[in-house]
Amino acid sequence: MAELKLSGIVKNFGAVRVLHGIDLVVQDGEMIVIVGASGCGKSTLLRIVAGLERSTGGTVLIDDRDVTALEPAARDIAMVFQNYALYPHMRVFDNMAYGLRIRGLSKEDIKRRVQEAADLLGLSELLDRRPRELSGGQRQRVAMGRAIVREPKLFLFDEPLSNLDAKLRVAMRAEIKRLQRRLGVTSLFVTHDQVEAMTLGDRLVVMHEGRAAQIASPMEIFERPADTYVAGFIGSPSMNFLPATITEDAKAATLSDGNIIALPPGQFAARPGQKVTLGIRPEHISLTGPLRLTIDLVEPLGSECVVHGKLASGEIMALRLPGAPPSATVLDIAPRTEHLHVFDAETGKRLPPPA
Amino acid sequence: MQRKAIFNNKLLPYLLLAPQLAITFVFFFWPAGEAVWYSFIRQDAFGISKQFVGFENFTDLFADPLYHQVIINTLIFSLAVTVLAMGLALGLAVLADRHIRGKDGYRTLLIWPYAVAPAIAAILYIFLFHPDIGLIGRALKAAGVDWNYTLNGNQAMLVVVLAAAWKQVSYNFLFFLAGLQSIPRSVLEAAAIDGASATYRFRTVIFPLLSPTTFFLLVINITYAFFDTFGIIDALTKGGPGNATQTLIYRAYIDGRVNLDLGSSSAQSVVLMIAVMALTFVQFRFIERKVHY
Amino acid sequence: MAEARNSIAAPVGMAGSNPRADMLTHVVLVLGVLLFALPIWIVLMGSTHDAGTIGRGDVPLLPGAEAAANYSAVWNQGNKQRAGVPVSTMMFNSAIMALLITFGKIAISIISAYAVAFFSFPGRMLFFWAIFITLMLPVEVRIFPTFQVVSDLGLVNTYAGLIVPLIASATATLLFRQFFLTIPDELVEAAKMDGAGPIRFFKDVVLPLSATNIAALFVILFVYGWNQYLWPLLVTTSTDVETIMIGIVKMLGSQGDTEWHLVMATTVLALLPPVAIVILMQRWFVKGLVETEK
Repeated sequence: MAELKLSGIVKNFGAVRVLHGIDLVVQDGEMIVIVGASGCGKSTLLRIVAGLERSTGGTVLIDDRDVTALEPAARDIAMVFQNYALYPHMRVFDNMAYGLRIRGLSKEDIKRRVQEAADLLGLSELLDRRPRELSGGQRQRVAMGRAIVREPKLFLFDEPLSNLDAKLRVAMRAEIKRLQRRLGVTSLFVTHDQVEAMTLGDRLVVMHEGRAAQIASPMEIFERPADTYVAGFIGSPSMNFLPATITEDAKAATLSDGNIIALPPGQFAARPGQKVTLGIRPEHISLTGPLRLTIDLVEPLGSECVVHGKLASGEIMALRLPGAPPSATVLDIAPRTEHLHVFDAETGKRLPPPA
Repeated sequence: MQRKAIFNNKLLPYLLLAPQLAITFVFFFWPAGEAVWYSFIRQDAFGISKQFVGFENFTDLFADPLYHQVIINTLIFSLAVTVLAMGLALGLAVLADRHIRGKDGYRTLLIWPYAVAPAIAAILYIFLFHPDIGLIGRALKAAGVDWNYTLNGNQAMLVVVLAAAWKQVSYNFLFFLAGLQSIPRSVLEAAAIDGASATYRFRTVIFPLLSPTTFFLLVINITYAFFDTFGIIDALTKGGPGNATQTLIYRAYIDGRVNLDLGSSSAQSVVLMIAVMALTFVQFRFIERKVHY
Repeated sequence: MAEARNSIAAPVGMAGSNPRADMLTHVVLVLGVLLFALPIWIVLMGSTHDAGTIGRGDVPLLPGAEAAANYSAVWNQGNKQRAGVPVSTMMFNSAIMALLITFGKIAISIISAYAVAFFSFPGRMLFFWAIFITLMLPVEVRIFPTFQVVSDLGLVNTYAGLIVPLIASATATLLFRQFFLTIPDELVEAAKMDGAGPIRFFKDVVLPLSATNIAALFVILFVYGWNQYLWPLLVTTSTDVETIMIGIVKMLGSQGDTEWHLVMATTVLALLPPVAIVILMQRWFVKGLVETEK
């Protein structure tokens, strides 16, 4: 059980800087999910924590011990890999025991720990099999078991679910969460899947181009995204963005077609005449209002439907509506004021609350 | 090309490479360098004085009518061995690739000559073609042919070619079979649906798709005939009768080991090195271009 | 793969359903097999007859009664008239040479490939090319200078002189390197997490995973080592280290007074070990051969 503290982590690959100074504190027992599109630097960050990659600058502390220069084995951490990385010629038992043997544990200790982990993961019957005789989900479990037996200070997960089929992924997701809660091990989990991130993480780190765009709890990130990138990345379908200008009284915004949208009172410190981007989630739209949407595609999903269309101003919008698809070809809509997000058009940052 | 995940030790990789590199330098580069150096040196008969003679060893070598004959022998020998060994192997591989019973058995029965040493292959062929004790040799004589490969140069060449090709067929057979088995079934089915007959299909689909294998084997067989047939020639004919079956390698051996002619032997080694480099170069150029596809 | 597809020469889909074509195929293949086996048969049968039968020029195609006598004669005394070395001694020398070459080549190639594939160090590519380029310098093209070096080192007529110069292997190094590049990065990283260093990883993971490649190379290299002819001819003159290949060609002598029945028995013994290994380990051998060269 431990606290992980990253400060000012910088990484260059040749002349390219892929991490621009990441600061993060993971509390004891906390599960942090690092999420972002491919190439955002999330895996590199994890590998730096693991010791598989050397950072160009910054420090990694585990329980206040500086491990920045240590080899992976000396950091007292365990990692679950995307393709499981099981030793193909070893039985399940030996796969899980290998790290313990290297650390010189006694035979009885090894046996006891492997047996415990196997019971926990439902692997007891499979200890004599080789990896190729296991299903994807079972291999995943062995990989988890290999991490658990080590009783490390820190668990690292590198997209461990992405090689599983959709159904198994959902099941394993829940299992990992239960397990992590039960063992209470501080964990860092990397994924590109926003649903995985939202469901697993106590807190999320949304990474964008080598920076932490936002570090917050899942609901915080959903309700108060720090910038347009985070806003667009989390949520499906993505948030709609409309360019607008703040009115003279700073209580509303004028869209490009002249329609005026009221801002939620007391939430954003907007300057009159400021160029902004309004963010509207597809599920936060009411079916009465000044904006005329011409529908060009309807995707029925059963309990709800997603409607794609174009505003008179030419901007495209997506709506999530409960129930059956509408029969009309044109809808009059308006954003729900209380769910409106306002970002600065230039910086993309969320406007701060009034002082 | 290198893998991403590596170990960081500084000294260990050098230690791991040391034995291989030591042997490589002492027994490959050092002698090869000496060969080049001595190819420009002439030594008197008693090995007392040495003298730098430029390209004289080479000009002498290429002015020597005997060396001309050796070159021609080598070309005839290599061409005959290659054509014979590859042709037979391709025919057998096509047949063994048919969906018939016992094809694995045929493979087993055809691959073992690979394991027979060149010198042993030569001895086997003595028992076939020897004029007094050879099965075929005696039959030829009985049929009125004036057969004696120990006296007739053309007959000697024929016997070494047969022995060398016999030994190489199984190697070619394995590669042709592997090549045939890697042709996707769908391609053949498409050709069949297009109405191509079996022979037409072989000519227009299978053979072109086999061309990388064929080309690869071409280089390998020429290399084999050039360099790996020393034992066959030494055991069967000792390069004779006359010089009828002397190849480049055999000549280099005679001049180096028997005649102890340092300059000429070294010059011949250099010529052979250039030949191997040319063959290797050709091989890599064409493998890169993937021949045909 | 092979069982998933049909024949090439026969009409697709109808393969195996044309009895006449199949019969013809079998006939031709059997003829091919017989053609290959004929010389071996002659030698095998000849080795069971006495000197007179073969000396007369009768080529026996059926077994005779002298098998035990001939084989025990060559095994224990070799070619008595010429004070030859017993075949058992020559076989022993050949076995030592072949096995040491085989394991030597495998050992030094696998560790150098490991260095090149799993470490990053100054000179890595230079050393790799240095090894690679030896492909172009077979012993046959540098006969005299290599003999010179071995003689300067005082290794003529020794096992070391027979073996050491032959155990560098670019082919085996390339094969192992090729295979090592297919080992997933994550496996290396998982081992690092487990606390395994390079030597431990080599012993516990790389070596077991290389078992098939080692088996294949064993066959190829044993055949190579056993069948060496030119090199032993150059560096051995003493009968103490005479290999079977050299010995058997010596037995031929001037061919005027050759004891053919003994040559035949020796031939059978000389080709037995490599042929047996190729046939028994066929599966690995075929795989290894096709992969080595591609």
